[in-house]
Amino acid sequence: MYGEFKQLDVEVLAMSTDSRFVHKIWQEQELSKMVSGGVPFPMLSDSGGKIGAIYGVYDDSAGVDIRGRFIIDPDFVIRAMEVLTPEVGRNPEELIRQVKAFQHVRATGEVTPSGWQPGQVTLKPGPALVGKVWEVWKP
Amino acid sequence: MTEAKDGCVEAAKGPILPESEPGRSSEGTSPVQEIQKMLARVGGQAIDFEANAFVEGKGFQPVKLSDYKGKWIVLCFYPGDFTFV
Repeated sequence: MYGEFKQLDVEVLAMSTDSRFVHKIWQEQELSKMVSGGVPFPMLSDSGGKIGAIYGVYDDSAGVDIRGRFIIDPDFVIRAMEVLTPEVGRNPEELIRQVKAFQHVRATGEVTPSGWQPGQVTLKPGPALVGKVWEVWKP
Repeated sequence: MTEAKDGCVEAAKGPILPESEPGRSSEGTSPVQEIQKMLARVGGQAIDFEANAFVEGKGFQPVKLSDYKGKWIVLCFYPGDFTFV
């Protein structure tokens, strides 16, 4: 999975309110047993939740950052965000799909319809397309 | 696993807000007091921050989001180490 992010030239950063020391021990004691060599991306500490707060993911009553993920483009613009309460894990396939779609849009100026996967038809916005989407895109 | 050095004995700055100087300089940025307001918006600039980090193979070091400017970034928050999901 991380290999795919590398291929897409995406930097992954993980952040929780745990200290860097706890991150290290988690890596040693558990993550390195799930992932060979441990997780390769930086594990950041948001002690106090100030960073989570400005990103809208800090749960004040529990004192933790809930599951939020943000796609940031090379111009430092936030392109996508997804926030879940803690009980449900994420879907990395959908994250990768969105990264590919945003990269495609950035490279071509085309836009991608619902559920788009690389190689599928894209749309070229403009007066000519108005009322004609049905001709080119059949879900 | 390599010997981890603590490159972040000083407290990390936390959020680095645009009003001081749009998301870049670490010089002269005042420590943020009580920021509770969500500022992140899709289509808007990412808010820079500095956080202490553990990096496999490198040990402890401060990481700034703006260190990665110019690249695609996926920033993931999660509730806690040693939890279940």
